[in-house]
Amino acid sequence: MKLQKATAFALYAVLELAAEPGRQRTAVEIAEKYGISAHHLAKVLRDLGRAGLVDAVRGVGGGYRFAGNAKRLTLMDVISLFEETSAEAEEPMSPGEGQDIAAGLRFLLAELDAQIGATLRSISLSTMLKLIARRPWEGVAEIKPTRRTQTARRAR
Amino acid sequence: MARRSTTPPPPASGEDLTIRPATLADVAGVIALDAEVTGLRKAAYWQDMFERFGTRRRDQRFFLVAGEPQRIDGFIIGEVRAWEFGSPPSGWIFAVQVRPRLRVRGLGARLFAAVCARFRAADVERVRTMVARDNTVVHAFFRSQGMMAGPFIELEMRLD
Repeated sequence: MKLQKATAFALYAVLELAAEPGRQRTAVEIAEKYGISAHHLAKVLRDLGRAGLVDAVRGVGGGYRFAGNAKRLTLMDVISLFEETSAEAEEPMSPGEGQDIAAGLRFLLAELDAQIGATLRSISLSTMLKLIARRPWEGVAEIKPTRRTQTARRAR
Repeated sequence: MARRSTTPPPPASGEDLTIRPATLADVAGVIALDAEVTGLRKAAYWQDMFERFGTRRRDQRFFLVAGEPQRIDGFIIGEVRAWEFGSPPSGWIFAVQVRPRLRVRGLGARLFAAVCARFRAADVERVRTMVARDNTVVHAFFRSQGMMAGPFIELEMRLD
């Protein structure tokens, strides 16, 4: 599953803020930490504010703070604010439509999507923060860098 | 004259409930709790489960309950399984239930910790389970305890 840029930024921001619920953070502060566009992140934060997940605090020393329930809010709740996630979503006609092989492949990919959806719906922000604190990716040989991260490393 | 109820009052939270191995006297409470949650009364099934997991090989099979025989507020069942498709001995949890009113108060986590402690004492290093894809409540519970996707994939087919 590939997340849109805005969705990834929203997850970064919500998890950053939920990790320290009492603390206010500015869009610039979070954007600098992740090396992302502060302008784009500010737009994402406004969307999160409209959805009631974060509160905007105006004035000097202002910023954003987490306003949701980290034990109830799931990764899917955040993702679905920015992406079409329902299984029934209309998909554009793809090449091969109507052919058995194309239908079979589509069926198999839908099985994977259902698995991904169930996983994202089962992980609350609180569970995700606990997972991050455990750093389970450390020492796991099977997790190979994706092509995208390899490219990013080469660019550094 | 009103008949006095013999059912103990419900606890305010799950914190004061003792977690212990199930006895025959608890089976009725397990049946009642399961029926309350699922809407199906499966008396024969739970009696059989108690017979298999509450009375035999008790160093490898664990049927734990929280509450009093008259009111079971939660239970968990697991066993040590070994060498299925080459997997070294591991703990398997295949039933967990907490009274809905007491959920998200730590009782499920205490039941989970109690069965994991028994698995550790039985010298196993991993605990596994299987949940229905659409059972978000139980899936989220196991995730919140730190469980993640493992190296096995569940498969099934229709037997026509």
